[in-house]
Amino acid sequence: MSNASPDRDGGARERLQRWLPKLVLSPSCVLVLFFVYGFIAWTSYISFSDSGMMPDYTWVGLHQWSRLWTSWTWGIALHNIWVFGLLYIVSCIVLGLILAILLDQRIRAEGVLRTIYLYPMALSFIVTGTAWQWFLNPGLGLEKTMHDLGWQSFSFNWLIDSNMAIYTVVIAAVWQATGFVMAMFLAGLRGIDGEMIKAAQIDGAPAWKIYARIIIPQLRPVFLSAVVVLAHLAIKSFDLIVAMTGGGPGNATAVPATFMYSYAFSRNEMGIAAASAVFMLAVIAALIIPYLYSELREPRS
Amino acid sequence: MHSNHNRALVNRLGFALLPFALALSTNTMAADTSTDNQVEVLNWWTSGSEAKALGALKDGLSDQGIGWKNMPVAGGAGTNAMAVLRSRITSGNPPTAAQVLGYDAQDWAQRDALSSLDEVAKAGNWNEVFPQPLQEFAKYDGHWIGAPFEIHSTNWVWANKSLMDELGIEQPKTWDDFIASMKKAKDAGYIGLAYGGQPWQDSTVFENVVLATGGADFYRKALIDLDPQALDSATMTQAFDHLRELLKYKDDNSPGRDWNLATAMVINGKALYQIMGDWAKGEFLNANLEPGKDFMCFRTPGTQDAVTFNSDLMIMFDTDDAEQQKMQQTMAKIIGSPEFQIAFSQIKGSVPARMDLSADKLDACAQSGYEQVQAAAKNHTLMGSMAHGYAAPASVKNAVFDIISSFVNSDMPSDVAAEQLAAAIQSATS
Amino acid sequence: MSAASPAARRGAATRVVLYAILLVFAVIYLMPLYVMLTTSFKTLEEIHQGNMLALPGEWTLAPWREAWGSACIGLECNGVHGYFFNSIKIVIPAVLISGLLGAFNGYVLTKWKFRGHKIVFGLILFSCFIPFQIILLPMARVLGILHLANSTGGLVLVHIVYGIGFTTLFFRNFYASFPDELVRAAQLDGAGFFTIFFRILLPASVPIIVVTIIWQFTNVWNDFLFGVSFASGDSAPITVALNNLVNSSTGVKAYNVNMAAAMVAAVPTLIVYILAGKYFLRGLMSGSVKG
Repeated sequence: MSNASPDRDGGARERLQRWLPKLVLSPSCVLVLFFVYGFIAWTSYISFSDSGMMPDYTWVGLHQWSRLWTSWTWGIALHNIWVFGLLYIVSCIVLGLILAILLDQRIRAEGVLRTIYLYPMALSFIVTGTAWQWFLNPGLGLEKTMHDLGWQSFSFNWLIDSNMAIYTVVIAAVWQATGFVMAMFLAGLRGIDGEMIKAAQIDGAPAWKIYARIIIPQLRPVFLSAVVVLAHLAIKSFDLIVAMTGGGPGNATAVPATFMYSYAFSRNEMGIAAASAVFMLAVIAALIIPYLYSELREPRS
Repeated sequence: MHSNHNRALVNRLGFALLPFALALSTNTMAADTSTDNQVEVLNWWTSGSEAKALGALKDGLSDQGIGWKNMPVAGGAGTNAMAVLRSRITSGNPPTAAQVLGYDAQDWAQRDALSSLDEVAKAGNWNEVFPQPLQEFAKYDGHWIGAPFEIHSTNWVWANKSLMDELGIEQPKTWDDFIASMKKAKDAGYIGLAYGGQPWQDSTVFENVVLATGGADFYRKALIDLDPQALDSATMTQAFDHLRELLKYKDDNSPGRDWNLATAMVINGKALYQIMGDWAKGEFLNANLEPGKDFMCFRTPGTQDAVTFNSDLMIMFDTDDAEQQKMQQTMAKIIGSPEFQIAFSQIKGSVPARMDLSADKLDACAQSGYEQVQAAAKNHTLMGSMAHGYAAPASVKNAVFDIISSFVNSDMPSDVAAEQLAAAIQSATS
Repeated sequence: MSAASPAARRGAATRVVLYAILLVFAVIYLMPLYVMLTTSFKTLEEIHQGNMLALPGEWTLAPWREAWGSACIGLECNGVHGYFFNSIKIVIPAVLISGLLGAFNGYVLTKWKFRGHKIVFGLILFSCFIPFQIILLPMARVLGILHLANSTGGLVLVHIVYGIGFTTLFFRNFYASFPDELVRAAQLDGAGFFTIFFRILLPASVPIIVVTIIWQFTNVWNDFLFGVSFASGDSAPITVALNNLVNSSTGVKAYNVNMAAAMVAAVPTLIVYILAGKYFLRGLMSGSVKG
């Protein structure tokens, strides 16, 4: 390490010590400035250019943006991300909170159960997509199994129904992320001060009231973190859609991330793709920046 | 928690793993992609017959002492492969060659990314032996830039022979007969049409219907010339009506199904027909079935006089490496050679792209297919397939996919579909 | 453990219901894994005839052997084992280096604050949230210039760059609650920047190191988009190989081999979660989520 040399020259060493923190931070800053903000700038420029199959730096103003907003598939993608995002965030939080509260009741084998709820997070959708696709396919999976077991009227064909396919994607996504949200809430529950709860118990308040009035309000920061994490996962979700439905049937499960990939790489419309990416980024920024601002304000202590 | 135990653990982690990590990362970063006497060919040929056909090229190359570096990119009907190709070209590290379709070859040529194959073409007399409609894609600005592997036609019906016999179905000659025979199959508890619900497959069936409904001139006007009047016309509405009728005979589980799994449904006797390009035949042959005896092949009823084609082109990427250049030329020469053209088509199910070969060694389906392609080339009814990038550029093709797949997966009325189709193409070409 | 859970005083009936609900959820969560595992031990005939949920009638290791060593991906029939080791070559340096950078960043941003440290943190953190599709082409260009195109080394770089945001977040939040007094005391004793970090902060960081490793390991190992774009062919990671394998069907989908290959791809992350799962919660509690 660089400060290992004996301090023959105290002044130089002190100066080094003063600069060291910034020096240590600088590689990350350079990488991030270049690979994140440089690329964002590049993409923004491309969205105003005539790029087709490959980048082309001819300026065409708002042309690509107007084509994006008149695009029919983009309308579907936006609609889907609202439906998907909203259901995904709400379901994950509700289920995650319920599981966390249940697990917080001095459960035996809590560790095992926690691992079971959490493990889907470990798996790639390229892996579980294979299983889900199979499981939800009416001709092969759950529906056939139920028919084989004698339940002939059982029907579950959402995966191939263009009106319902997006909900199967929600199911798989919720399955994956609930465990993580549960862990966040569980961590939050364990951090709550027990004194108030004890006082309420002594007063004879019923359990649900204690949760509704005392415990859940104290979990506000966890709710906020969960919403932010889930929202950005939702907007970035790509592998999941590709592995399960490929955006189909038709374009029924297209979302902005698959829209962008398809326009950039199979439709030779890089300009539109860039415009859609900038839009996605703007939406994410609108969510994240206020959150970061509130997180980074001076501590309220 | 801050015990000595933890400290020891962290120290061990930090100091034992760090040099290891650095060594490993420098090691992998040094890992070079040098290709000594090897060609690297990007492709998305991953189904059984496709991979086997590609093996014919690999063998041909190894006879010349050239090694083969595998680079399959599966999934998304070539979308992933095209993403990889862009990434490789952008990084200045293109593969030796890539399998592409139609307009993609032109697009890369326009960017000066390709090696010229003029010498090989001249020596092999390519200007004479390959049909004109194909040359329009394999040549750019008068120079050869792509070596055609084969000609596939997309207007084929594949049928299970024993099922036809069992149900007393004769080979249908007209659209109405065609529909009637599927109804028979459906009534008997079979699936009329084996169908794979992926956008390119939806559109393959659609272009068959357009050709059957409007004839060759209408197909050309609507899907190649992209004439707005033809696109939003009564004939197009009728074509959508026909498509809707056809869709009644598919099963409900079709969305997302791969084409070869739909072919398997015909092979296994679950379904009567499949409308698919002649690569489907490769799957029948792979299952040791005989054309004419175990399965039937015929032009989609109503399209007997025309052929909608596509062809896999091998494009070679410009390189300064003399050895790579030489290997590219060798590869192009092999692909264009009569022996390879025959051998490749025998496995893949296609017909040779050269028009000057004897069809003796081909099977019955390919023999009649080869004749039809030759006749169509003469009569100007050999036309590019929309679904496979031989009718219009990628942006238009995908705009068509959007509408067709939405139509297939919803109950959109036919006149609305025709209107939407014209509008989508208009917007993609703006 | 929480001091006094309100439900602790309830009757046995409530407990039974409680356990029943938790068990039902556990069964639902395990279902996909169960189907994958059992399918990977079945023969193809049994898959076509039998019940998806049934245990294999006749256990066979053949699908695993085939997936590992002889399944065909395009023209080559060597299974996925080569790609498995590619992923290991990528994941170890990527996790360690991005983790180390994140730890340093968190340390500087909390214990050596300077004017604008919050803006720097905000800028780094925002990088977690960019949609990755759009950086593919500029990244490809940069990797080409660095001669890292189409190599596992290039993927290591990509994963380090886009991992810094999260690792910095984890360590910064963790170190924010680490007492400043300890650092100041060490400074008075003459300890320098690195001495304080390695002797005082790092040994106390086990929970957050575990969280970071789990998070980064999972993200890097499971990545598909970067892998397919920057390292196709021989240097492809396991997820890309799996995708190619699953799509390399020959008329009949070999579900058992596909599931076995999927399990091969899943085993490392599963092991990490199972072994380190309990530290994960502790890590979350100790700061990465401000509860």
